[in-house]
Amino acid sequence: MSSKREIDDRFNKFGRVSFTAITKVNDFVDHLEAGKITGTRCKDCGLYFFPPRADCHQCLTSNMEWFEVSGNGTLVTFSRLQYAPAGFEEDVPYYIAVVDFGDYKVFGRISKDVAENEICVGMAMKAAVDKLPNDRLSYVFQKA
Amino acid sequence: MGKVAIIGVGQSAFVRSYPGSIRELVFDGFKEALGDAQIRAKDIGASVVCSAPEYDKQRSPAGVFAEYLGLNPQPTFYVETLCSSGSTGLRLAYSLISSGLHDMVAVIGFQKMSEISSAESQERMGRGADIQWESTFGTMMPAYYAMYARGHMEKYGTSLEDLALIRVKASTYGQLNEKAVYRKPVTFDMFSDPENRMSGPVASPLRVGDCCANADGSSCIIVAGEEKAKSLSKKPVWIRGLGAASESVNLAGRNLFSGLTVARKAAEQAYAMAGIGPKDIDVAEVHDCFTIAELMAYENLGFAEPGEGKELIRNKETYKEGSIPVNLDGGLLSKGHPIGATGGSQIRTVVLQLREEAGDIQVKNPEFGLVHNIGGVGLYGNVSILGR
Ligand SMILES: [Zn+2]
Repeated sequence: MSSKREIDDRFNKFGRVSFTAITKVNDFVDHLEAGKITGTRCKDCGLYFFPPRADCHQCLTSNMEWFEVSGNGTLVTFSRLQYAPAGFEEDVPYYIAVVDFGDYKVFGRISKDVAENEICVGMAMKAAVDKLPNDRLSYVFQKA
Repeated sequence: MGKVAIIGVGQSAFVRSYPGSIRELVFDGFKEALGDAQIRAKDIGASVVCSAPEYDKQRSPAGVFAEYLGLNPQPTFYVETLCSSGSTGLRLAYSLISSGLHDMVAVIGFQKMSEISSAESQERMGRGADIQWESTFGTMMPAYYAMYARGHMEKYGTSLEDLALIRVKASTYGQLNEKAVYRKPVTFDMFSDPENRMSGPVASPLRVGDCCANADGSSCIIVAGEEKAKSLSKKPVWIRGLGAASESVNLAGRNLFSGLTVARKAAEQAYAMAGIGPKDIDVAEVHDCFTIAELMAYENLGFAEPGEGKELIRNKETYKEGSIPVNLDGGLLSKGHPIGATGGSQIRTVVLQLREEAGDIQVKNPEFGLVHNIGGVGLYGNVSILGR
C-alpha cells in the first residue's frame, strides 16, 4: 500500500457552494481561473454543449473540444430571490437568469453591478468570470 | 388487455407537523383506502411506495411500511419522480396489473417534511435541479417557477392580478377541505396590501401567496384489474388514459419558458389513449405548487390556447360552476404539498368526483376527470385521465 491515489477534485472550487467534486470536465475550473467561461463541442457532430459535458449522447463518443462562451447573448428570463436556500443566505437578494447565446443557453446569476431597474427580458448580456472569496470561482452575467 | 380501475382511495390530513413517525403517517391514508375499497391487506398483491427520498431519514421505507401495514410477504418497492411520484406510482400499478403480474396493487404516497427546516427543505428541493451546474448558484423551486412566470408574463401579458385570482379560487375551496393545511380565507386585496404576508416577495414575480406550503401527509390508491374491480366495487373508476414525459433538467437545455413541454406531451398521450379531447374533461386536478403552474396547466392541457389561460380564471371558468372546474379541493396551494403524497391526493379527489361522493365540491354528473402532476420544474410530467 505505497502509492496514494491522486484525486482530481478541482470542481470543488466552482460556485458559492459546490455539490460536485469530481467530473471529467474539471478543466472548466482551470479555464475560469484563466478568465474564460467554456463549453464543449462534439468534434463528430458539431453540437454545442453548455454546461460542458464529456460525452456526446448523439454520437456516443467522447471526442470533445472546448469553446469559449463569448459575445453577447439575450436575457431570456430571470428571478430576484428574496429568500435563499441553506448556504446562500448572505447573498440575498440576488438574481438568477437564463441567457441565450444562439447555439446554446447559459444558466447563472446576474452580476450585482447591473442596476436592478435596467434588468429586463430581451436585454443584451455577456458572461464574465466571477472571483469569489476563498479562491472560489464562478461566472455572472453583465450588461453587454 | 383488460381494463384497470381504481377501487379505493385514502388520504391522511395534510398538516404542518405530523405528531407521529412515517409508518404511522402512512397508516392513516392506507386505512382509509382499505375501508373505502372494503378489502384487507392480504388482498393486495404488491405495493408501490412513492416519495422524494431526500426527506426520508429511513433508508428504503417500502420495507418498513410493508411490515407495519401487514403487507408481508407480498413484494413492495419504491418509485420516485420528485413531486409527481404518486402519478408515476399509478402508472406503475397500471402496468403491473395489465401485464398480468398482479391483480391488485396499492400505491402509497407519503412525505414527512417537518423534520427539517424550511431553508434546508428549499435546499434539498433545489437539489432536485442540476446540482453540478445550477444548485451552485443558490437555486430553489419558487425561483425556477418564477422564471416561468416571468416568461409567461412577457410573452402573453399575464399579470400579477391573474395569479392572485388563482390563489383566491384555491382559498375558496380550500376552506371547505378539512384535510387541507391552509384553510384561512385569502382575498384579492391581500396581494395589493404591502403589510399583508401574502404580498411579500419570495422570488420575483412570485409572492408568498403564489406559493404552496410544505406539509406532512400520506395518500393511498388501490388499483385493480377488471375482473377484480367488477366483483369488489360498486363504483370502479377506470384508468382511461395515461401520459408521461421528461425534459432537460438544466434550464439551459430548454426552449420554452412560458409553459411546460412535459405537460403538453403527457396530455397528448393521455388524450390519445382515452380517445377524447380537452373539451370532454368535466373536472380536473392540476399541479398548482405555484399559481403560475396552474395557469400554465390550463394551456398545456388544452383547456385554453397558449396565452389565454388568464381568460379562464378572469371569467371564473375554472370554478365549480364554470366550463372546466379545476382544483375544487383547494389544490396544493391550500392542501399543502407533501411531495410523495400529492399525486395520490389529486387522484383521490377526482375519483370521489367521478363517484359523485365529493360533497360540497361535487360537479354535476362528470364522465371524465383529469389529473396533472408535475415533478420538479417541469422535469417530469404525468397526466392521467379517469372515467366512470
Ligand atoms: Zn456528437
